[in-house]
Amino acid sequence: MIPFWVTLLKIGTVVGVLMTAAALVTFLERRISAFIQNRIGPNRVGPQGIFQILADVVKLVMKEDIVPKAANKTVHDIAPMISISVALCTFAVIPFGNIIELFGYQIKLLVADVNIGILFILAMTSMGVYGVSLAGWSSNNKYSLLGGLRSSAQLISYELAMGLSVIGVLMVAESLRLDQIVLHQTRYLGGWFPAWNMFVQPLGFVIFFVAAFAETNRLPFDLPEAEPELVGGYHTEYSGMKFGLFMFSEYINMITSSALITTLFLGGWHIPFSENWAVSPIALSLLQVLAFCIKVSLVVLFFIIVRWTIPRFRYDQLMNLGWKVLLPLALVNVLGTGLAILLIPYIS
Amino acid sequence: MSSNKKIIRKKDFSLLQRLYLPEIFRGLFTTFLQMFKPKITYQYPEERFHPPASFRGRPVLVEEQGVERCVACGLCSRVCPALAIEVQASETELEKERYPVKFEINMVRCIFCGFCEEVCPEEAIVMSNEFELAFSSQEEAIFGKDKLLTPAEKLKERLEFLKQHR
Ligand code: SF4
Ligand code: SF4
Repeated sequence: MIPFWVTLLKIGTVVGVLMTAAALVTFLERRISAFIQNRIGPNRVGPQGIFQILADVVKLVMKEDIVPKAANKTVHDIAPMISISVALCTFAVIPFGNIIELFGYQIKLLVADVNIGILFILAMTSMGVYGVSLAGWSSNNKYSLLGGLRSSAQLISYELAMGLSVIGVLMVAESLRLDQIVLHQTRYLGGWFPAWNMFVQPLGFVIFFVAAFAETNRLPFDLPEAEPELVGGYHTEYSGMKFGLFMFSEYINMITSSALITTLFLGGWHIPFSENWAVSPIALSLLQVLAFCIKVSLVVLFFIIVRWTIPRFRYDQLMNLGWKVLLPLALVNVLGTGLAILLIPYIS
Repeated sequence: MSSNKKIIRKKDFSLLQRLYLPEIFRGLFTTFLQMFKPKITYQYPEERFHPPASFRGRPVLVEEQGVERCVACGLCSRVCPALAIEVQASETELEKERYPVKFEINMVRCIFCGFCEEVCPEEAIVMSNEFELAFSSQEEAIFGKDKLLTPAEKLKERLEFLKQHR
């Protein structure tokens, strides 16, 4: 039995790391966008401007909290809390490493070892939309409301495709547990090629990736906060730290999505061919955590570069893509995977 | 001029283009390459922008041998669309007979249009290359003769430019 304090320690570490990482990503996003646009970006506060994050947090905390007169104050206050807590919750079931032996315990490197892992994530990420639409509604502002509505409409058009694209993975791994899914990816195809779901399920991978952009409200699908059309979208009427919470939850969502993509498709913490390395088990476990972090960072970087490359989709285009392209493709993927699972044993 | 150019929308995309993803990756590659191009940012307080002669900075009065060229005709004050200039004329023993006792430009009002420079018959007021203007009070923003007078040598580039292009 793993004592309570180990779990507490894990929660503390995950929340701490997640918050820091989200702050770092905001900074990275600004620097990288600057580089892409041939600028330099914030580089004054601290070495290479890294303390800009702290300056920004101080600024957000010191700012006046303005609530519009016609707004519903209670809901207006609750909305950002929903966003941030949902964002933080989601990461709980993602395994960021294999089983590690510490203090004489076998510790699984994930916070909540639930048997419905992937379902939990899908449920939680859809909860996130409550924060957004409540924020839009309670602000009593046309633009905010439109942003909130768009967010919920966007949710239904991509969530289906997303869920269906995951089914392929579940069929291959025969489990809803994320750690099982990762373990299943540590095999080798033909004895030498890592059986990451990215290669086993290429179509599902692409669909999930596209849906992940919509899920995190990132360009090219950032319709709920499309600045040129909706001022600021659902967070137009937010200021100070309440706005900060929305920002933070957006970036945490991005990291969580990257972690999810890594777990489902990029082999999670698996380092190919590390089985025959001559390192102690603890070192290997730590290396695997490092590998997980590196994979997640690469996906996050990809998210950022995409944001500064592709223009925003029009609203109907997003709907078209969701319903007419992604959904049928996801269904085809499920069908194909089923057929393959049925037929491959006969062929070989 | 009405634009009667026909807008050409490409309808016959190839299959590869319609698949969308390859084109996206081409775009991503372009932006990725951009990251390594030289930066165009000036690191401001340390690195400064030196404007070319055609730049319209704050208007200044040209000073030659310690005397301003201005004859206080008041044309600049008349033409100024922002009503930023105030001139008060007086007599002088010098050849030009008139000079401004008071010449004030309210730099909060000025919109850097350069009309004053254009209208001046004596080429006595020109746009300099100074653009760093920050004030902490309205009074500070009213520039009197003390701040406006600038030796002609310093404005050589602009005066040359005006000679060529006017
Ligand atoms: S530049 Fe234009 S606005 Fe400024 S003082 Fe001259 S005429 Fe007036
Ligand atoms: S600056 Fe030129 S236009 Fe203005 S009062 Fe003097 S001479 Fe006249």
